[in-house]
Amino acid sequence: MTEQQQPVLSLEHASKAFGAIHALEDVSIHLYPGEVHGLVGENGAGKSTLVKILGGVHLPDAGALRIDRREVVLKGPAASRDAGVAIIYQEPIMFPDLTVAENIFIGRQPLRAGRRIDARGMNALAAGMFERLGVPIDPERIARGLSIAEQQIVEIAKALSLDAKVIVMDEPTAALSAVEVELLFAVVETLRSSGVAVLFISHRLEEVFSLCRRVTVLRDGRLVLSRDLAGLTGDDLVRAMVGRDLPERVPQDQNIGDTVLRVERLTREGVFVDVSFEVRSGEIVALAGLVGAGRSEVACAIFGIDRYEAGSVTVNGKPLRRGSPTSAMGTGIGLVPEDRRQQGLVMEMSIGRNITLASLSRLRRMGFIRAAAEQRFARDWAARLQVKFGRLGNPMTSLSGGNQQKVVLAKWLARRPALLIVDEPTRGIDIATKAEVHRLLEELAGEGVAVLVISSELPEVLRLADRILVMREGRLVAEFGHADASEETIVAAATGQVEQAAA
Amino acid sequence: MARERVRSLVRWEVGLVFALAAVIAFGVHSSPQFTTSFNVFYLNLSIGEIAIMALPMTLLIVTGEIDLSVASVLGMSSALVGDLYSRGWSMPLVIGTVLVVGAVAGWFNGFLVTRVGLPSLAVTIGTLTLYRGIAVIVLGPDTVSSFPEKYTNLGVTPLPHTGGYLSYSVGIFIVLAIVFGVFLHATSGGRSLFVMGANEEAARYAGIRVKRTKLVLFTVSGIVCALAGILYTFRLSTAVQDNGIGLELSVVTVVLLGGVSIFGGRGTIIGVVLAIAVFAGLQNALFLTDFEQRAMGVVTGTLLLLSVLIPNFSAFVARGREFVRRRGLRADGGEPAVQEAS
Amino acid sequence: MTTVGATTTPLGDVTNARRLVDLVFRAREFGIVVVLAILVFATASIESRFLDLSNVQFILVDTTIFALLALGQTMVVLTRNVDLSIGSVLGLSAFLSADLFGHHQGIPIALVFLAGLGIGAGCGLANGFLTVVGRVPSLVVTLAMLYIIRGIDVLVVGGGQVVASSLPNSFIEIPKKTVVGIPVLAIVVAGVVALGAYYLRSFRSGRELYAIGSNPDAARLAGIPSGRRVFTAFLVSGAIAGIAGVLYAAKYGTIDSTAGSGYELQVIAAVVVGGVAIFGGSGSVVGAALGALLLNTILSALYVLGVSPFWNQAIAGALLLGAIALDRGISLWLAAALRKRRTHLGA
Repeated sequence: MTEQQQPVLSLEHASKAFGAIHALEDVSIHLYPGEVHGLVGENGAGKSTLVKILGGVHLPDAGALRIDRREVVLKGPAASRDAGVAIIYQEPIMFPDLTVAENIFIGRQPLRAGRRIDARGMNALAAGMFERLGVPIDPERIARGLSIAEQQIVEIAKALSLDAKVIVMDEPTAALSAVEVELLFAVVETLRSSGVAVLFISHRLEEVFSLCRRVTVLRDGRLVLSRDLAGLTGDDLVRAMVGRDLPERVPQDQNIGDTVLRVERLTREGVFVDVSFEVRSGEIVALAGLVGAGRSEVACAIFGIDRYEAGSVTVNGKPLRRGSPTSAMGTGIGLVPEDRRQQGLVMEMSIGRNITLASLSRLRRMGFIRAAAEQRFARDWAARLQVKFGRLGNPMTSLSGGNQQKVVLAKWLARRPALLIVDEPTRGIDIATKAEVHRLLEELAGEGVAVLVISSELPEVLRLADRILVMREGRLVAEFGHADASEETIVAAATGQVEQAAA
Repeated sequence: MARERVRSLVRWEVGLVFALAAVIAFGVHSSPQFTTSFNVFYLNLSIGEIAIMALPMTLLIVTGEIDLSVASVLGMSSALVGDLYSRGWSMPLVIGTVLVVGAVAGWFNGFLVTRVGLPSLAVTIGTLTLYRGIAVIVLGPDTVSSFPEKYTNLGVTPLPHTGGYLSYSVGIFIVLAIVFGVFLHATSGGRSLFVMGANEEAARYAGIRVKRTKLVLFTVSGIVCALAGILYTFRLSTAVQDNGIGLELSVVTVVLLGGVSIFGGRGTIIGVVLAIAVFAGLQNALFLTDFEQRAMGVVTGTLLLLSVLIPNFSAFVARGREFVRRRGLRADGGEPAVQEAS
Repeated sequence: MTTVGATTTPLGDVTNARRLVDLVFRAREFGIVVVLAILVFATASIESRFLDLSNVQFILVDTTIFALLALGQTMVVLTRNVDLSIGSVLGLSAFLSADLFGHHQGIPIALVFLAGLGIGAGCGLANGFLTVVGRVPSLVVTLAMLYIIRGIDVLVVGGGQVVASSLPNSFIEIPKKTVVGIPVLAIVVAGVVALGAYYLRSFRSGRELYAIGSNPDAARLAGIPSGRRVFTAFLVSGAIAGIAGVLYAAKYGTIDSTAGSGYELQVIAAVVVGGVAIFGGSGSVVGAALGALLLNTILSALYVLGVSPFWNQAIAGALLLGAIALDRGISLWLAAALRKRRTHLGA
């Protein structure tokens, strides 16, 4: 790779906004053939918007995309593929009932006489590709049952078969074990040496250091740096990712009471292992860590949506039945889930009905819902959380992301929970509403509610939490009190690196 | 609340009212007898069981499931009524037993769907065959028609104090419709059905016991269809193995015609009641014009298609309009702020 | 960088996993043949009449109609749809095509087959159009068409029927022709099924049917013309039902308005028993045809053993339920087994 080489892909001064949220502002990135380029940044920094622009899912509001120096406008994922860009998403999309080779070549299988599929040729091509990648996957086996790691390799093979010049890997290692990660690295090296440009997105900084030669850091939708990794340390990267003035921590009245939630040795094979912690009344405990560390799964296990295999959950001293959300709600637990639209809300239903969804038992008399009381209740809570809406009867789709999240919160706060678990409270929300939500959670704690916050956003974690628990690959690896926590120490614990210099 | 949905639903029900008016006009036009008490009573008789079975079907479709075995449960119940009675059992005992068998049949459907995790379409196609087969086994080629007059009068005499217009079956239907309607629209249990049908995952996350509720619904469907089978037998005063064959089509049609979405999450009992009136009126009016009754299936099938095509059509038009609007913009700037940005 | 071994890799025990999955899926057809063999053997040892040539021929000819229908239904089910109208299409085609003989003396038989095919294709066209363009779930479309077409059949037939004596001998002889004791029809249909299997395996459009049923969203993303493929599947299913109707007429001779009633349920049972997943994406026409053969053999065995034919429908229903439950059990077990292998190694 020489300096005179032309970039195979250039995104120049790209901007993209969604309503009030500026996802990207004036971001430029250049990828050269045969390089592995790291893309780093916190949640909300703009990485996935960037990826979607490269993948043809979004069109930038401003800026240009050049591939091989020619400006292109990608009107959809097919156009992106045709232009030579392949995106490997965290959750690859496969046809589970077709063979691996068919997954790669569906719609364009090699043909022999009479337009019949040349199965042998197809399988040989696929086998050849896997050989090139150094991974022995049997092209004739059914795709069902492939591990995520294997699925990713198949997607990579597919990209290669489409003559991809740029392969974007979006957090590929989040769901992989250490051994599978090594294998993926070998594959990436093979890709690199054959001239493909790889854009490697990851939170795990040690991976970025060992794999990439150049790195781009985004923060709050803007470009912070885009340069060679040589000379940078892990701390430098963290600082670039995070580098803002730490928000003023509001001194909190320490009226922390008894233990409300006690989790002991909670285990589910392959997802989380031996997790123990407690949350006390009036306390905000944050569960930090990378995507895939198992935090949301622990929350779902506590709430009863999923089961766990070993361990116990106790609420206010009494053991909680596993696998029963009704029991959890009965003891005063509420869960604001990670996926707002799929799990937290019924999008076609009205705003009012979403708010009262978990409180109907309180609003009924002899089984009948008291309509007037329901209206008042919903209006009351919407006002309390300052939800901005037209009419209570409008569907949820009419609200912004921030207001939707407020409705989910209202739904649970209306139950006056003893313990509130909030998973990614401010994901995809504008700054103003973010602050409101934070204030809300602090008020809750002030009133004696035990709050467990799961978040990937460090400033949020630091601002809110009295105690910070860090999970990594299914285990609790660190605990910080309010005093000894900092963004650097949390990221270090979450990524498993202590002090790192560039390779 | 739910203004937007209420608006679209009200449009559908208003449409049904117009359809009902048109059907009545058609009926009056085709025969002067249309509005006589005798004819209306006959109309009642012909629709009673279908109407009754449409009620639990509505609830099931709202939750996103379906029960195609309803007519077979009716047939199996009818066969059992005939068989047990002809063995000398007392009628109250027969009725009680048949209702229990209906509950078991419905429970079995629900078990396969909720505990074994099979799709309700496939399951109820299977039980449709299985239960009809049981009806055939129970009665064979026999016909039982020696039922006591006290019971078969249900099929001959109208409800007292109704001027000779209403039948017992429709009377029972009206009571049940009120019960189901109140449950669906005014209780938290009914509300949970809409939530389940619209977004099952969110329902679970809100603490709604989806599986248990569906199991109960299927069981209720079984009981109600058994009741319909009993009424059917008394009305015809005959139990024979093919009683009720093909009725599931009419039941599904009437529910979808009533504005209940096949995809779940939307619908009203009022709409279904109106649709039943439209359907019964149409069937009756056609009967008075010497329309070939056995070809009624053409009419029913067409109604079924129309009731799903029409809402799709308005969505189709909306999609077309959106497509044209989008073409005018350079970037896809119409994204609502709800997009996840990270 | 790290070198990886050939068979045992961090990615999982490759060959073992493949063997396991493939075994489970290919086992279905093998299993049906085994069950069939056991059934035949057991029945024949109790009642030797079962293996009389005439009985075997009867079973085979009866199966041909269902095997044909199963071929068309499989194509539809593979795409995650269903065609409930085939029984009515068969009935309409049977009557109309046979009726041609009465109105046009000396009409060539090939033309009659063509007419049946046309009638069936027309119905299939309507099904496909409503499902793809109208975006109506195929369950609703074909359920409605089941009754609409049956109603049309009733109107057309009126009170009449076609009687065998009005049909030319050469036509009626078709199901009776045999070659070394095997009905010609069975051989022909076996050939057609084989052709269908070959098409589904070796042509892009055939494989795309599987893709559409396996993951409809991925199919769209991959640029597969799902609408066109599904439309064609319904067209073919209808056309096949039309031809099956003509065969039905040749076999039974006397046709009234109830011809073909209930056939769709038996075909779906056959298809599911034969290993075609009710949610689409997997299964084979060979399996479906074998399923039809198995079902027909079971019914015939029951008849020969003196079990009242009144049990037929209940048994068909129980078999269908058993087959879907079995499939569900297998897929759950398979998923758990594959998961266990992975966590054992990867972590």
